[in-house]
Amino acid sequence: MTTTDIKENNKASITEIDNLSKNIKIEARNIDVFYSEFKALKDINMNIYENSVTAFIGPSGCGKSTFLRCLNRMNDYIDGFKMKGEILIDNKKIYWKNVVVEELRKQVGMVFQKPNPFPKSIFDNVAYGIRIQGVKDKKFIEERVELSLKQVALWDEVKDNLKKGALALSGGQQQRLCIARTLAVEPSVILMDEPTSALDPISTAKIEELLFELKKQYTIVIVTNNMKQTARIIDMTTFYYMGELIEYDSTKNIFTKPKQEKTQNYITGRFG
Amino acid sequence: MTNATKNRLIDKTFLMFGILATLFGIVILCIFIGNIFADGISRLSFDFLESLPSRKPEKAGILTAWTGTLWILGLTTLVAFPLGVGAGIYLEEYAKKGWLSNILEINIANLAGVPSIIYGLLGLEIFVRVMGLGGSLLAGSFTLSLLILPIIIVSTREAIKAVPKSIKEAAFALGATKWQAIWSQILPASMGGILTGVILSISRAIGETAPLIVVGALAYVPFVAKSPMDEFTVLPIQIFNWVSRPQHGFIVNAAAAILILLSITFVMNGIAVYLRNRWQKKVKW
Repeated sequence: MTTTDIKENNKASITEIDNLSKNIKIEARNIDVFYSEFKALKDINMNIYENSVTAFIGPSGCGKSTFLRCLNRMNDYIDGFKMKGEILIDNKKIYWKNVVVEELRKQVGMVFQKPNPFPKSIFDNVAYGIRIQGVKDKKFIEERVELSLKQVALWDEVKDNLKKGALALSGGQQQRLCIARTLAVEPSVILMDEPTSALDPISTAKIEELLFELKKQYTIVIVTNNMKQTARIIDMTTFYYMGELIEYDSTKNIFTKPKQEKTQNYITGRFG
Repeated sequence: MTNATKNRLIDKTFLMFGILATLFGIVILCIFIGNIFADGISRLSFDFLESLPSRKPEKAGILTAWTGTLWILGLTTLVAFPLGVGAGIYLEEYAKKGWLSNILEINIANLAGVPSIIYGLLGLEIFVRVMGLGGSLLAGSFTLSLLILPIIIVSTREAIKAVPKSIKEAAFALGATKWQAIWSQILPASMGGILTGVILSISRAIGETAPLIVVGALAYVPFVAKSPMDEFTVLPIQIFNWVSRPQHGFIVNAAAAILILLSITFVMNGIAVYLRNRWQKKVKW
């Protein structure tokens, strides 16, 4: 099957999804990514829909994290990084030369694989993103911190210890703190790079519940290797292999009737 | 002899050698300090600290020398700290990796190994003559700043490198500019390491003699420096001057001055160790 065929196929199946908003939040057109000589992504085309959870799956090194990090321009600082093509968020080109990267990242938040709270207090962690925008209003900051911690269901666990160092929290709590920190700057898109891979099953379950709540307000793009997670909470799934987008469809279709052999092999655990 | 016993013998031999090698340095240092103590402790008094230099050993003191050393310490810190840390931050966080930054890097590493007297000659030409600062405290501390800049730059870069990348990424992902990430996250997390490097290099600077003699620090200064433009002397020069005199009294004076210089160095190293420990306790990744 040729690439064009694959594209046609993807388009077809996407139109079959009824329960999702059809508003396109993120649009990627002909994305090629190079790290110096190495071509990490080959001609990626896809639309990501508003208020959905879209997953990127695939064996390590397939380019899924690279693509994720293109969406908030986190690759900009990597030596040798080059991108061709166009990414649009809310119909605005994010790689346009007049785009203020800091503004983009406020709108497109990111949660990392390993919880990475700042070595500061819980409160200061959540307040950081607002404070660097120059907000001084104490009451406003306090309210925002409380709201964000409530959104990730961490408030009750930490409300008496907001001054405590964030590094004293458990791994799962740290990751929820990192999500709260991201929510505090009011993004509309949240990128997550294997957010539960370093966590125990109970913490993982809590974050999954959280994702279910968050997708009502936010567009979530998540890189994951947790197949069960994908099937449980994720609307759309994209399978990457060797820098190529192999298949993009509703999670249900990907898991029950994948069109590509590679996808089927990966899902059933025959490789990767 | 079996192989096993032979190997054990080699093992023991190396152990003995290691112990001897370790003891060697410590024993020599102890003998040296003991000797200086025996000679100099009787001369240590407030009088000694408060007296100006004199031709008579029993009247001579180190007031001008230790105040000069403190001046140099303060001025050198003021000059070298911002320049060194600034350059370190630039090279580590801003400079694009390429041949230019490689050349800079190699040169800075090489500069750290240039003999101090060369820096003295450089200081003499640039600060004393071209800038017209004369044999002043300012010329002396500029020269010493040049001497320790490479060390500060290298230790700043090492300290910044030790901060996990994930912290920087977290700040960027929240919309921080580079400077905001550096100022609010990277510097606080690396400050312990940076300060340790700065303090150790400055404690090296205050022990320097050669470059200061070249830029014109005097052995005999009959007044306490009041401004950075004044002429000056420092403890190592005073000591050097005294040990080259024939009278026994001056040898005793030199021993006492060495005790003062050593204690300044020890206190500074102590602060450096304290900062490092405090920093390691505070920041755990």
